[in-house]
Amino acid sequence: MQRSTLLKYKNYRYFKAASLLVIFAVMAYLFDQSATGAYGGSWLGYLFGILSASIVVVLMLYGVRKRLAPIRTERRNLLNALSPQQKVPDSRKREANWLRHHGATLQGWLSAHAYLGSALVVLATLHTGFQFGWNIHSLAYVLMMSAIISGCYGIYAYLRFPRLMTANMGGIGTFDSLLLEIDNLDKQASIKSLQFSDDICAIVLKARQGTRIGGNLFQQLTAYQRNCPTSQAVQQLQVLGKNLKYDQLKSFDDLYSVMAHKESLVRRARLDVMYKARLGFWLYLHTPLSIAFLAALIAHIVAIFFYW
Amino acid sequence: MTEKFKIAIIGAGPAGLSAATHAAELGISHVLLEAGQHPANTIHKYQKGKLVMAEPAVLPLRSPMAFAAGTRENILETWHEDIQRYKVNLRLGAQVDGIKGERGDFHVTLSSEQTINAEFVVLAIGLQGNINKLGVQGEDLPNVQYQLDDPEEFKDETIVVVGGGDAGVENALALAQQNRVILINREEEFSRCKEGNFLMLQAAIKAGRIEPRVSAGIDHIDADTENGFLLRVVAKTSEGVEIINCHRVIARLGASPPRKLLESFGVKFPNSDISSAPELSEQYESNVPGLYIIGALGGCPLIKQALNHGYEVIEYILGNPVVAADEPLLKQKISSFNASCSVNEGLAIIRRNAPILADLTALQLRELLLESCVLTPRPNETIFNYDDYTSSFFSILEGELAVFVKAKDGSEIYFQTKAGNFFGEMGLISGRRRSATIKAITDCVLIETPRRSMLKLINSVESVRRKLDEVSMKRVVRNCLTNTLPESELNYLLQGATIRRYKAGDVLFHQGDKADGLYLIRRGSVIISQMTGGKEDVLSYVITGNYFGEMALISDKPRSKTARAASATEVVLLKAPVVIAALERNTDLRDLLAARYRENAHDKKMIEPQGKPGNLFTFLIQQGVGEATDVLLIDYSLCIRCNNCETACANTHGGISLFDREAGPTHGHTHLPTSCRHCEHPYCMQDCPPNVIHRSVNGEVFIADGCIGCSNCKNNCPYDAIQMVAVDPKFKKPGLWQALLGGANHDEKNRLPDDDLPKKAIKCDLCKDNVSGPACVRSCPTGAALRISPEALSLTMRDSSAALE
Repeated sequence: MQRSTLLKYKNYRYFKAASLLVIFAVMAYLFDQSATGAYGGSWLGYLFGILSASIVVVLMLYGVRKRLAPIRTERRNLLNALSPQQKVPDSRKREANWLRHHGATLQGWLSAHAYLGSALVVLATLHTGFQFGWNIHSLAYVLMMSAIISGCYGIYAYLRFPRLMTANMGGIGTFDSLLLEIDNLDKQASIKSLQFSDDICAIVLKARQGTRIGGNLFQQLTAYQRNCPTSQAVQQLQVLGKNLKYDQLKSFDDLYSVMAHKESLVRRARLDVMYKARLGFWLYLHTPLSIAFLAALIAHIVAIFFYW
Repeated sequence: MTEKFKIAIIGAGPAGLSAATHAAELGISHVLLEAGQHPANTIHKYQKGKLVMAEPAVLPLRSPMAFAAGTRENILETWHEDIQRYKVNLRLGAQVDGIKGERGDFHVTLSSEQTINAEFVVLAIGLQGNINKLGVQGEDLPNVQYQLDDPEEFKDETIVVVGGGDAGVENALALAQQNRVILINREEEFSRCKEGNFLMLQAAIKAGRIEPRVSAGIDHIDADTENGFLLRVVAKTSEGVEIINCHRVIARLGASPPRKLLESFGVKFPNSDISSAPELSEQYESNVPGLYIIGALGGCPLIKQALNHGYEVIEYILGNPVVAADEPLLKQKISSFNASCSVNEGLAIIRRNAPILADLTALQLRELLLESCVLTPRPNETIFNYDDYTSSFFSILEGELAVFVKAKDGSEIYFQTKAGNFFGEMGLISGRRRSATIKAITDCVLIETPRRSMLKLINSVESVRRKLDEVSMKRVVRNCLTNTLPESELNYLLQGATIRRYKAGDVLFHQGDKADGLYLIRRGSVIISQMTGGKEDVLSYVITGNYFGEMALISDKPRSKTARAASATEVVLLKAPVVIAALERNTDLRDLLAARYRENAHDKKMIEPQGKPGNLFTFLIQQGVGEATDVLLIDYSLCIRCNNCETACANTHGGISLFDREAGPTHGHTHLPTSCRHCEHPYCMQDCPPNVIHRSVNGEVFIADGCIGCSNCKNNCPYDAIQMVAVDPKFKKPGLWQALLGGANHDEKNRLPDDDLPKKAIKCDLCKDNVSGPACVRSCPTGAALRISPEALSLTMRDSSAALE
């Protein structure tokens, strides 16, 4: 089962729309002969400004749509009154059918969000007429570009990480079951280590108590724990194993394989956390930047009225 | 010492209590004699917390005693209050030894040597006083018991449970929690117990919690305290003699009328069959004038019926005319098509005009009519539409109707049907959408019987099943092959045809088998696969309303493919020689099959997305998707694990997500989350005491108001799709700001603490009230979530590798 990605949504519907918009804007900019030169206050500049602001409204609506799925409550009441034996009016069936096939899904919204947001790079830049300064107007531009750049990372993350996550988790069901399995291996290793010397017991105990999955943002994003006790234990066991008597070797190999298996599971758990973090952390930049940009944009629009 | 009463009632079960309460209510001198130490002794002996049903639900209760479905404790408490309130003259521990005398002057002797003088005697002693024993050596040993009060009393024991009925299975299931349980069943299958118990038993056997012995019986039991056990059971099983060392034997073998005792009172029985009920008049009077018999002993095993008997018998004794409890309801239903006739006349009309119902007993027909609706559509009125997801059954009493069937090529075919026929059985059997539109031509009278009542009838009355199958087979041939077949050809094709039933995973035929005939599916679905180079490739997925197996017939070669049931499947098998002969005569049929033959000759394989290992479709079928109508799949190459689907679901359903995105198996990049699949024959609907789980016309299976929290549906669902949760009625969807600030994630915090509100069953309803469709799918930002039927999925996988929109 392969579904289309958000970039390919409805056969590149929003890519086409955004491209047309960009081509039109660039052509208009190049052929513009206005006496005032290119700046936001020319008639073409205003047009670009209005277009860009409208696009910003659409981009912001994505955030609303994502959080508040629309529900038709008046229909809800109608249907609750119907008993299972009663018939649903044909008009409602048609409406529902239409909505199910043509109504916007959140995926459609996100596809439009990505392409129109990218088109904004061109439209808004042309709107500036390449005139920048230390003012509220350029601040809005900088905030907008930062939000778009963080958004571009988001698209990259959305397209790349899901496959890696699935591959990483393999046949394991859920993250919680992975943690349970690690805990189980820890218990096994503790019991198996008891028959060996104190230093081996200490290594295994440290691996059980000191291994962290997750942690601070940096650790989450890199899937890294400095001097991870589990990795260290596997390395040290390799060394210590050489000093053992022959009759202990079989039980030692047993312990070693448990620890090695644990190390690989810990690695997978950390990678899973890493992918989740990489899929999620940028939103903590993107959303505040977008809201800051919106505030700056409102200030920009209010301010230009004073130029009149 | 002799006391004198007008009525002596013997046995304080539901029937006796009801009679005594009614007598007390009317101020008649009475005495209620109970041998046990509690009123309602049988219910008292039920397992703790057992849910007591109030079937038949439509029958009105006319006893002064309150009764509704509830737990054993609730019911006993209410009855206790009723006994106090009406000041019932109840004597506990009063064992009756003999009854002598006649109407007006009975002498009831008690074991305490006391005698009671009464004008009338009402016997309501039920059957439980005469429980069937094992009938083998050792049946009365200590630790061989015939009832189970509290299963938690026993722990870490080895217990042999005997009996494959509901009591035996319920006991075995409860005991298996903390004991080793061996369940002995006389029959080969556990077909006598309720579907819900059967499913739970299957699961317990599969999990190894119950060890079954079928076609088995106990030969004898010895007391044997060696090896730490108490008993040694010698059992005869299908594999020979087995010796089982155990601590306890619990036998649940039912009960029969205490015949000897009754005969000593002078009561006669109609035949020598041990389970037969005594001869009674319509007023419940036995052959001994003045001696009345009611309740289970009178042949009515249900509690509600017994309560009504109790009320009625007092009225009869007083000489008052009694109208049966269901009479007014039936009268109302019958008056909608014939205002002047009586109920009995109305029932006779139904028998005459609806031959399929002709062989029902009076009791069955009354119950059926109570549960059904009488429809009187006007000309041109639609009964149901093609593609509707309804499953009730219609018998035509009067009038003519038009049937519009959509043929495979999309054209519409029209024919008529009239009084004496029935329709709607296809949807009932297949659990799928309606295959035709039905409209009234003249004024009609129809009986619409709900799915549940009709299934019960089909399973219990052989003649109904036979008549239904006869007509159904013809219609299946028309539906699967072509609607234009003439009647004569149809009869010819059906010579020697059989209906075959398969469980999910059963093989219908193997590659290389000799062709036995043409298969037409009337329920379920089938996977056709082929072995190539040691690997099994799925070629197609065939659903209800289609045929397969024509290739080998036409080419006269062995089967080139294997057919396997994807879910519980029923097929009509037309015999090979008959089909071949019919093909020689009928060119239309030959063209039809030949066209399909050529199409299938291409051996199109199902396409595996992204070349991932194994066979995705086989995986899905193994996960039970074959019986689904609408399954949630997630493309894990797109899913960003944001759980927005669960959040949207929770926001639509009182703050609780009805599915678990992360749980469930994954195959390649296809993930099958734990969520409702809206099965063709929903397991959850099989045993819902208040009958509140329905399928809407659009196909969504949902739980309506009125859930009593019994967990039957949750236990019956093999896919873990139902939760028992206290839903917060004050839940409000979070606003935008709350959502923006992170307060909108659905979470365990929306779940109320256990004792706040009663728990109810909740499950996915496919957001049936939301016109734009399921919230989970609508709100997936990357379009990874998809709800789809297995047949649509199989078509997409067969036709192209194009992405699913």
